Amino acid sequence: MNRKKVTVGISGLNAIDSPGPGMAVAMGLHEARSLDVRIIGLAYESLEPMIYIHDLVDKTYQLPYPSSGSDMILSRLEYIQEMEHLDVIVPNFDAELYSFMKIEPRLKRMGIRMFLPTMEQYEERHKVNLSKFGEKYDMLVPHGKAVFEPKEVFDVKSEFTFPLLVKGKWYDAYIAYNIEQVLTCFNKISAKWGLPVILQKFVYGSEYNVTGLGDGTGTTVAAVAMRKQYITDKGKAWAGISIDDTYLLELTRKFVCATKWRGGFELEMIKTQENKYYLLEINPRIPAWTYLAVGVGQNIPEALVRLALGMKVQPYETYDVGKLFIRYSKDMIVDREEFEKLSMTGEL
Amino acid sequence: MKLKENIAISDSGYLFNPSTGESFIVNPLGMEVLQFVKKGKSFEEISREILTRYNVDPITFEKDYQDFIHQLRQYLLIGSDE
Amino acid sequence: MEKQRYERPILKKLETGMPGKFGIAANLPPSTHIDGISVDSLVETYGSPVFILSEKTIRSVFKKAKKAFTTRYPKVQFAWSYKTNYLNAVCRIYHQEGSWAEVVSGFEYDKAIANGVEGQHIIFNGPDKSAVYLEKAIRNDSIIHIDHLDELYTIIELTEKCAKRPKVAIRVNMDTGIQPMWDRFGFNYENGQAWDALNKIMHFGKLELVGLHTHIGTFIMSPQAYGVAAQKLADLTIGIRQKYNHTIKYIDLGGGFASANTLKGFYYPGSDTNPTFDDYAEAITSALLNTQFTPDNLPLLILETGRALIDEAGYLLGTVIANKRLSTGKRTTIVDIGINLLFTSFWYEHKLTPARHYSQYTEATTVYGPLCMNIDVIRENVNLPLLNKGDHFVVHHVGAYNMTQWMQFITLRPKIVLIDEDGTAHVIRDNETIDNVMNMEHLPPHLK
Repeated sequence: MNRKKVTVGISGLNAIDSPGPGMAVAMGLHEARSLDVRIIGLAYESLEPMIYIHDLVDKTYQLPYPSSGSDMILSRLEYIQEMEHLDVIVPNFDAELYSFMKIEPRLKRMGIRMFLPTMEQYEERHKVNLSKFGEKYDMLVPHGKAVFEPKEVFDVKSEFTFPLLVKGKWYDAYIAYNIEQVLTCFNKISAKWGLPVILQKFVYGSEYNVTGLGDGTGTTVAAVAMRKQYITDKGKAWAGISIDDTYLLELTRKFVCATKWRGGFELEMIKTQENKYYLLEINPRIPAWTYLAVGVGQNIPEALVRLALGMKVQPYETYDVGKLFIRYSKDMIVDREEFEKLSMTGEL
Repeated sequence: MKLKENIAISDSGYLFNPSTGESFIVNPLGMEVLQFVKKGKSFEEISREILTRYNVDPITFEKDYQDFIHQLRQYLLIGSDE
Repeated sequence: MEKQRYERPILKKLETGMPGKFGIAANLPPSTHIDGISVDSLVETYGSPVFILSEKTIRSVFKKAKKAFTTRYPKVQFAWSYKTNYLNAVCRIYHQEGSWAEVVSGFEYDKAIANGVEGQHIIFNGPDKSAVYLEKAIRNDSIIHIDHLDELYTIIELTEKCAKRPKVAIRVNMDTGIQPMWDRFGFNYENGQAWDALNKIMHFGKLELVGLHTHIGTFIMSPQAYGVAAQKLADLTIGIRQKYNHTIKYIDLGGGFASANTLKGFYYPGSDTNPTFDDYAEAITSALLNTQFTPDNLPLLILETGRALIDEAGYLLGTVIANKRLSTGKRTTIVDIGINLLFTSFWYEHKLTPARHYSQYTEATTVYGPLCMNIDVIRENVNLPLLNKGDHFVVHHVGAYNMTQWMQFITLRPKIVLIDEDGTAHVIRDNETIDNVMNMEHLPPHLK
């Protein structure tokens, strides 16, 4: 097959203990049968490991933090576009999605396509709004409450039993066993990720996740279900296995169909002992373990880039069940000059 | 006052201290001052040089110079033996 | 040979995991000019600090807001919130644009009259309206938004004396799903206080109930809350029609729209996230259009927007007094703008930009004001280019509240300058002098 040459910018190069999805996306794109991909890394911090993995990432540019505003990001991307002629950007960080959605039309005018959820989809599924989301789409969600100041924690105390989950708007989740721990977590999280902080009922059970892709018209282009086999202390899957859970996949199709989801996503579900599925979170982007999907026959990054380019995509119907992903860490040896070059010029 | 000998300075303004593993960045004027210090020039010599080429008054430069040297000292990039 | 521009030597340690920042052009572009006049020349002519207002921006933002509502709803009226900025020049621009006046004190009431606003176009809000001013308002046919029952009874007493039928509305407070709920003003919707007050007004019969008012809070980030408020006032309107066959002429949703400022504690800058006029207008007008109102009996929609209309038009220009280092090594910059002038720095991360181009090198800096007071902090932490003593800078989005809540404290208040649409600058308020302050003082004989 004639592979189409494309240049794709990806972020989430932080292949660390709580990894960004950049690695999975880059590997998926390199294995794409229909695309010949050159990958441009978009980094925020100078030690994101993938910056230095040159056989996966051809060149990396540093971006200003999302908190500096979309205008700043845009002016940096204008420079990068001049150098690299990106066809597509796949943003992989939760905290940057908002800014990228905001500048999507302007990037399009520069010739850069993305395939992101709409602002409505993004807002609706937000942790802060999850309870309403569950009601609207008839999905079970654990009781949750967004709190804006420490004293509110006391006001809503009676709605919860311990332990409970304390979550940041974008990242971080802690289990708290008493009110003091809730307050500590509140301060820790709000200092880093701002307000509100979300309190959520802790549901016992096993964790199941789905990585998928919606085409924006209601069709599920890809969906692979996984049971976490090994979970790190940060709650991330370190190993997982692809499973054939008809109910879970049906739930996923229902979600994509009802919301007309556009773009990659991850559903974080918990199955209780009574076989009830609770939706814990909807991540509006490809998760870090998506390489499992690639490995079992659904190349989600490839399909996403094709959708972004307006190319035809045939929905994946099946995948290999019972395949494991096992994540591993590895040290690489990097010359100081590389770190220096990135630090001084913002490029490597 | 002397810049520690093993400090690596690259043209781009990147400093690496091999004994501590710390990295630093200096701006172009910081770079110039560093080079003068490395050559063992006195403040008076450095000041004269800078004042002829830059649009700055002696008091401002002296204040900024002292602050810069203080920073170098704080990060143990120069010895405290004067 | 021309000398090169000087930027002080700096050394910055690279923290692990943190971006070098130097490599990335992360600096805000400088603000060298405001409406065509250079910042340096403004400071030279009018002193430092100095407030600058852009008439062009005031008018264009107003037109944008008006368009957002009038394209969605047929009957819209803005009323300029005097407390947000009651400089006469500012008020007159809004009145020229068609705004009524919304005042919350006798002082503001008199200012509105002095600005030529017709009595019937003054909305009188607030918890403190004296009998003298209530009488004035009744005689002038102004609209009184009743805040509490004591006020209602005062108005009832005054109807006899004035032999006039006062035009009134009540202020309603309600749960719109946002925190904190402002329940200290007006009558509560949920617990029936509002109906109780409305029943009293209707049964008394000598007051003309013309409208319903609410003001749900300030810097509201959720347009939906306005939708809820509009819905609840619409329900009351319809209820009154059913019960008394009386038509409420207008629904007044007060103010509270967010400006483009960034609130402390928020991750993204306000310019990216804060709702636009279109967002608010969509929520409000669709709530109203989706009620039982028929097209021919839609109430007038009144908006008392202040902050979101004028914040962007205001700039505060200042000068660097000194650069310093704290005991921790943290860089600090002392400027001539303090919290006495920039009250809003208590809750905003105000955008600061230099008045000329600098290199890409920056330092993380705390910006302190000039007051000999520990709380005088303008920005806790901001990456600034290497400003020298005497350099000028611009604080953005300061048009709302700063020019009314500022205080004469330790120093004297500066000039306020309006740049008109042709780019001509006019002093619209003089700087204070020591005589202004001392003239109000009196020495008892034994201290002379």
